[in-house]
Amino acid sequence: MLRREGDIHIPSGCAISAIMDRSGTRHDGTDIIKSIALMHDRGNGLGGGFAAYGIYPEYKDLYAFHIFLEDKQARLEVQSYIEEKFKLEASEKLPTRKVATIKDAPLIWRFFVAPKPDHVKDEADGDEEQYVMNCVMHINTHIRGAFVSSSGKDMGAFKGVGYPEEMGEFYRLEDYKAWLWTAHGRFPTNTPGWWGGAHPFTLLNWSIVHNGEISSYDANRRYIEQFGYDCALATDTEAITYIFDHLVRQHGLSLETAAHIMCAPGWDEIDRMPADAKAYETAIRQVYGPCLVNGPFSVILGTGDGMMALNDRLKLRALMRAEKGDIVYFASEESAIRVVCEDAENLRAVGGGVPEIVKLYSAERGN
Amino acid sequence: MPINYLLPAFLVERDTNRCIKCGACARQCSNETHYKDEDLDIMCVHEERCVNCQRCVTICPTHALTIKRHEQAQPLSNNWTGGYIQDIAAQAQGGAVLLSSMGTQKNYPVYWDHMLLNASQVTNPSIDPLREPMETKVILGRKPEKLVVDEKTKTIKTPMYPSRTLGVPIMFSAMSFGSISLNAQKSMALAARELGTFFNTGEGGLHQDLREFHDNCIVQVASGRFGVDRDYLEQASIIEIKIGQGAKPGIGGHLPGEKINDEVSRTRMIPKGTDAISPAPHHDIYSIEDLRQLIYSLKEATEYTKPVSVKIAAVHNAPAIASGMARAGADIIVIDGFRGGTGAAPTRIKDNVGIPIELALASVDQRLRDEGIRNRVSLVPAGSFRCSADIVKAIALGADAVYCASAPLIAMGCHMCQSCNKGKCNWGIATQRPELTRRLRPEVASQRIVNLVTAWNHEIQEMLGGMGINAIESLRGNRLMLRGIGLNEKELEVLGIKYAGEVM
Repeated sequence: MLRREGDIHIPSGCAISAIMDRSGTRHDGTDIIKSIALMHDRGNGLGGGFAAYGIYPEYKDLYAFHIFLEDKQARLEVQSYIEEKFKLEASEKLPTRKVATIKDAPLIWRFFVAPKPDHVKDEADGDEEQYVMNCVMHINTHIRGAFVSSSGKDMGAFKGVGYPEEMGEFYRLEDYKAWLWTAHGRFPTNTPGWWGGAHPFTLLNWSIVHNGEISSYDANRRYIEQFGYDCALATDTEAITYIFDHLVRQHGLSLETAAHIMCAPGWDEIDRMPADAKAYETAIRQVYGPCLVNGPFSVILGTGDGMMALNDRLKLRALMRAEKGDIVYFASEESAIRVVCEDAENLRAVGGGVPEIVKLYSAERGN
Repeated sequence: MPINYLLPAFLVERDTNRCIKCGACARQCSNETHYKDEDLDIMCVHEERCVNCQRCVTICPTHALTIKRHEQAQPLSNNWTGGYIQDIAAQAQGGAVLLSSMGTQKNYPVYWDHMLLNASQVTNPSIDPLREPMETKVILGRKPEKLVVDEKTKTIKTPMYPSRTLGVPIMFSAMSFGSISLNAQKSMALAARELGTFFNTGEGGLHQDLREFHDNCIVQVASGRFGVDRDYLEQASIIEIKIGQGAKPGIGGHLPGEKINDEVSRTRMIPKGTDAISPAPHHDIYSIEDLRQLIYSLKEATEYTKPVSVKIAAVHNAPAIASGMARAGADIIVIDGFRGGTGAAPTRIKDNVGIPIELALASVDQRLRDEGIRNRVSLVPAGSFRCSADIVKAIALGADAVYCASAPLIAMGCHMCQSCNKGKCNWGIATQRPELTRRLRPEVASQRIVNLVTAWNHEIQEMLGGMGINAIESLRGNRLMLRGIGLNEKELEVLGIKYAGEVM
């Protein structure tokens, strides 16, 4: 019997794409579907998905949980767990449409929730995000047949087993408007047929679409598991997400520094630096060596106020960037940008180990 | 003269067609195995004296000599094997504790030989170390759990602890002056300097001639406190508290007075000709809180400028002890496995006390992770690393770097005859006799050690690149790079690895 994601590690190749409007203007999912669909052959129909930011303005202060439920029993258990831990403002079955090629879809529900303040105080020392993370980990690990597909505010993940363009149709992405869309088409080397294993992988406001297979996986996993994370899916993407969350949320570092840690400069380069810079870089590699991500990867990380694109330090995976007006595009291939914006400007390859951070104008001003 | 019940262990064969009777073998053998019968003009042999150090075989200009195991018929018992009968004969004759040197001779499992490494194929590329940087540099020492940084000025706000950088993930483990010659120590000091790594004085003090190597020197503070004074601590780059040794857990050491010559006496700071006794425990450490006091005494004495390492033998409770050491302030935790070498140890201890380093390392690393403190300290295993692959496997299990002693000795000429305790080492290593120690030239021996470690480092880089990794920290604790072969479920569980053929 084939085991599903989490019971087994499934290496995969992929296509990734992202479109962000820095002005915060929201667009429907048509373009992102077109972009990722162009790279159809980089996936094999065994996983596709999207993350969208800015889709729930009416609930923007609530955590939006998208949850896969294998059966009614799982739904009841999840519902009662959520009601115990959160104030439930709204819940409903996520709207989908029938697509001929998509089979075995689980029940998919969304819940808009606010953590109960007394619980947050007692169970997570008043750290609301830590509390929500603990609850997500609990559902994924302890409620059989349930998996939280996304858990951030004013954002959501739409993913499953199929080609990404089929997923877009299934989830009716033309009905959502977002200022940031990311997309993923997957080429797993095995057929788990489990929706939870598809990308993007998310936690709180983080979402990651990722192309690559990291050879440092178990070093990263065994480090990160010391800090309350449970790498239940055994995927690289999950480990990368947790490292970002650990460095940025738990250790208070900026996204840029977190990326710098994951793609730290080589010792050759550090040894040539002036003394101050050398001491800085040496300390970073010394303390955060287990967060160094080795092997080929390109990732696009969605955050609450923008996105970041990052390539491994040897540049072993393709990733392109281009712009047009307020809109910034990233994609595994140039053609996936051109197909939605023929006259995109400033087209270039993302450099190895050099993070590219794109923020909403409103967030930049906030800095 | 009563009959000697002991049988010769080795047979010395001489091809008389080749032998030119030059007598080199007789002149070179400190055991006086070879001699020339001048009357008959033939070379003769006292084979019962041969320890199989291979010195004569190596220097014989006509390759006339062969040493073989003396294959006397063994008793027909599977229980009373030859070794036990010989041991009883020796003890019946001498009435003493059996002593022997280097690692155990017993056939316990070597887990390095039951682990296989991974390599990249298709889904991620292997990395060519000839084309890409392949980093094997290691930093040892205590680390803060998190860094507070000023990202604008690129400065670290968190105070950093003293640390030391190794150019290669290999250090030379403790061997004292007294147990080995000054030339042997000098050879390792020279090699450590060239390789950017560290040699370890052992517990015998730091000889004046070695003080110029202070940047590459680890000094030991052991239960005998030999040679420990302010200058000794100030000279050191790292200070190591020796609690135990893999070859003889739970017992101390005894360097007989006849080995305490002028130089050894000065270096150990004890009178010439007196026995140098290292007590079994440190008599100021009867508990973990006592260890903390010694660690902080040493840190105070050196004004918190040097990492303090603590070395224990791999014993059953090593994980809990290591965790206590980390909390007691040790910056580097050294675990010495029971196959590790020694200049002299009671045979019964060496063969029966302690556990293999692979299992100890795996369980210590896991325990420190379970407690969320693995990243705070460095973890260095010791106790018989025979090749670069053993080291790669150790790092994948969770080691920061490794300690090697037998390998550099072999590079210098040691042929593992396991007779160091006799003090007659024909290779000039485990002896203080000037006519023997001068055979070992530090300039030559150190180059051989440098060659060895450089070759191992290249091999480590090749294996890293094959796994698609270009920095050694991405291998550290990366146990998915290992698979077991010929192991049972429990062994796999303790090692924390999957079986060959199992996917991730």
